[in-house]
Amino acid sequence: MNEEYIKDIKDIKDMMSHSSRFISLSGWSGVSAGLSACVGGYLAYKSVFSQITLSYEQLTLPPEKFTQLVLIAFGTLAAALITSIFFTTLETRKANNIVWDTQTKRLVVNVSIPLVTGGLICLMLLLEGYLNFAIPLSLVFYGLALFHASKYTLSEVRSLGLVQMALGLISFQYLEFSFYFWVFGFGLITIGYGILMQMRKS
Amino acid sequence: MKDILSNLDKAFENKIRLGIMSALYVNDFLDFPTLKELLEVTDGNLASHMKSLEKSAYVKFKKEFLDRKPNTRYYATDKGREAFKKHIEAIEKLLG
Repeated sequence: MNEEYIKDIKDIKDMMSHSSRFISLSGWSGVSAGLSACVGGYLAYKSVFSQITLSYEQLTLPPEKFTQLVLIAFGTLAAALITSIFFTTLETRKANNIVWDTQTKRLVVNVSIPLVTGGLICLMLLLEGYLNFAIPLSLVFYGLALFHASKYTLSEVRSLGLVQMALGLISFQYLEFSFYFWVFGFGLITIGYGILMQMRKS
Repeated sequence: MKDILSNLDKAFENKIRLGIMSALYVNDFLDFPTLKELLEVTDGNLASHMKSLEKSAYVKFKKEFLDRKPNTRYYATDKGREAFKKHIEAIEKLLG
């Protein structure tokens, strides 16, 4: 009899987590998003960051550099989104789940709101010549979005969010290195977490 | 002991009904196809268990139209949440 109740409790917990979280998030999505960030970071370094030093001062980029940087940023974002959606779709198909179900929608909505807000703020700062603040802030908002989204997906995402927020805060203190913090956070840490998540699954 | 047993709810003795309540407890609502997939049961089976939970007023539903297709959303009622909570607490007490 006791065993039956233990099984009941286990079933209840499984159902609660399975029905409220999107668990088919693929670790490879993290890896591919992180790699996109590394490539984007490399291009941005070549184009802009190898020639400037960030400080608390306002900084006006020459128009062609500004355009390049914005294009690189959007390209990186698009590559990260497309590749991570691709890997997660594969994983969902493999598990025979519907890709676009209630849990997925909820995850996407909850990630997007803080992320889009942060993206817009960074873009506005960039337009006003505050590239220096846009970089740490993008880390902070990325962290907030992940932290918030962790309620709706794998629990590892929560600490990933905390790490990104911490990196963002530190890089506010050391603005001259903030670009490297950015590549480290968006790139290497995200790749590391992707590998970790994939290993825990199998 | 008797007290604990009286808190165990007959409605949740069935695995599928227990599953339905677990899922509805942590979600604002779930639609019929999602529930069916989560529980891995047939339409008829799910519908009959839903009926019985409705009878105890533990769940309620709302019919909506999505792209002109009917879509039924199921919600746990306050009464259902209360009963489910009591049921789990009773099991936990039994297990010590």
